[in-house]
Amino acid sequence: MSDITSQSLFELTSNIKEKKLSSEEITKAFINRAEKSKKLNVYVTDNFEKAIDQSKKFDSNPNLDFKLPGIPIAVKDLFCTNGVRTTAGSKILNNFVPTYESTVTQNLWSQGAILLGKLNCDEFAMGSSNETSFFGNVQNPVGENLVPGGSSGGSSAAVAANLTPVTIGTDTGGSIRQPASFTGTVGLKPTYGSCSRYGIVAFASSLDQAGPMTKNVRDCSMLLEVISSFDQKDSTSIDYKRNYYSKELSKDIKGKKIGIPKEYRVDNMPDEIEQLWKNGISYAKDCGAEIIDISLPHTNYALPAYYIVAPAEASSNLARYDGVKYGFRSPGQNLIEMYEKTRSEGFGDEVKRRIMIGTYVLSSGYYDAYYLKAQKVRQLIKKDFDDAFSKVDAILTPSTPSSAFKIGEKTNDPVSMYLNDIFTVPINLAGLPGISIPAGKDKNNYPLGLQVIGKPFDEQNILNISYALEDKINFKNDISDWWLSE
Amino acid sequence: MSIDLKTVKHISKLARISIDDEKANKLKGDLNNIFEFIEKLNELNTDNVQALTSIAETTLRFRKDEIKSENIREKILKNSPEENKDFFVVPKVVE
Repeated sequence: MSDITSQSLFELTSNIKEKKLSSEEITKAFINRAEKSKKLNVYVTDNFEKAIDQSKKFDSNPNLDFKLPGIPIAVKDLFCTNGVRTTAGSKILNNFVPTYESTVTQNLWSQGAILLGKLNCDEFAMGSSNETSFFGNVQNPVGENLVPGGSSGGSSAAVAANLTPVTIGTDTGGSIRQPASFTGTVGLKPTYGSCSRYGIVAFASSLDQAGPMTKNVRDCSMLLEVISSFDQKDSTSIDYKRNYYSKELSKDIKGKKIGIPKEYRVDNMPDEIEQLWKNGISYAKDCGAEIIDISLPHTNYALPAYYIVAPAEASSNLARYDGVKYGFRSPGQNLIEMYEKTRSEGFGDEVKRRIMIGTYVLSSGYYDAYYLKAQKVRQLIKKDFDDAFSKVDAILTPSTPSSAFKIGEKTNDPVSMYLNDIFTVPINLAGLPGISIPAGKDKNNYPLGLQVIGKPFDEQNILNISYALEDKINFKNDISDWWLSE
Repeated sequence: MSIDLKTVKHISKLARISIDDEKANKLKGDLNNIFEFIEKLNELNTDNVQALTSIAETTLRFRKDEIKSENIREKILKNSPEENKDFFVVPKVVE
């Protein structure tokens, strides 16, 4: 049997069901590795002691019908966890201990999973490199001083470094798929309305979705099956019949029509990514898929529209952090001064920037020129996809315009940081499902990902296409464990 | 169009985030760069386009207005920065 922490979720689950491993053995193995991996800075808060207790409890009376029987899982620190500190990577929530549980994490525990701890992320999920976190940047296990992507950077690093078998992240403009691409892991953003937003610290409510981050496509299907559910507590949760994703997973994609959008061939895109894309296309053909050239004419307008819609929604959502009911408070002579000092000291620079953008575009006299305009452009982007999906079953693109970059390389230029999400943002604006799978490496040996985009609620189809491509690509991460300490 | 220092200070007032002059100047530069990027949208004529208001294309559900949680005062007050028995405490508002 291979080393416990390098096993996939599927292997661990099988080993528990066949009684070859106990939950306690598995939980302790991940904790032991985490103790030696502090250099990566993936954990904001650990739950190790309680996790060991819970694993022993599971082993004393194991329910092997669960989908995640006694499996320890660390989650992004954006999910509220009852009794366990939840910070959203922000000073303003540094001392916040929720008294309730997010629906998505509750779904994990209801299927037998055990909370290992809370993973680092960009502050309020605003960032593409995990460098905006109040708790410091995360190291990408792929190479020293590389960013793990963001905002789910602690999550992507933890999966790649074998510190959790799988995890869940959130994706507002690429925050699952971009870090997955940077770390050689799999990340899926489901259709808007597939996973409940209840108990997730809100960033941009019309874009936010939770989703699985895993080592491979099969694990991804297993985890999606657990976290996707209809929930009365989220008014935008959609009541539809969800697939038995892992059971219906198939590599047979013969005859599937896969669209290739010409607008994703952006200026200055490295040749390696162009080549990666070509390889993906040729693998899809090998699997019997039909390749069709398509056009998504408004692609170039997605990112500017996103940088109106997302900050506007964020500025409203983050109005709740006023130092009154929970979180950090800075004292003031009067109420207004207390608000202003609390928010000034409690939020980091990127969050302030986005609140300022959002406040400006929603302010009197500017609403029509910015917010309304962006919502109209969003309609055009959605229509592009509707038109494309009348001809094809799925769309194949690169996940990101580059591989992981160095820590500090882009922190002084917000716009160049935003450009990281150029291929992922349109999918959020249109509410579609998208998955990033590792597909190759660049000249520095850093991973690169391909993205498969699907019709609404067609997660099964993009999982199947990814499953078939994964088999052909046969990606190996070759991580050297350079960060381990004794 | 460019955003001047006065506008930056006005927005920070609306957003209830106090900023000093140095930060305001830095923000002015950042915001102008970002808005220059956003102005690209003006290339598009959207006169006859309906704004997208909901991505899910469903109407919001109604539910009965029922009390489902009781005696949660303690839970709600648990994270308050300053508490006084059953209330949230803020600086004096009424003179």
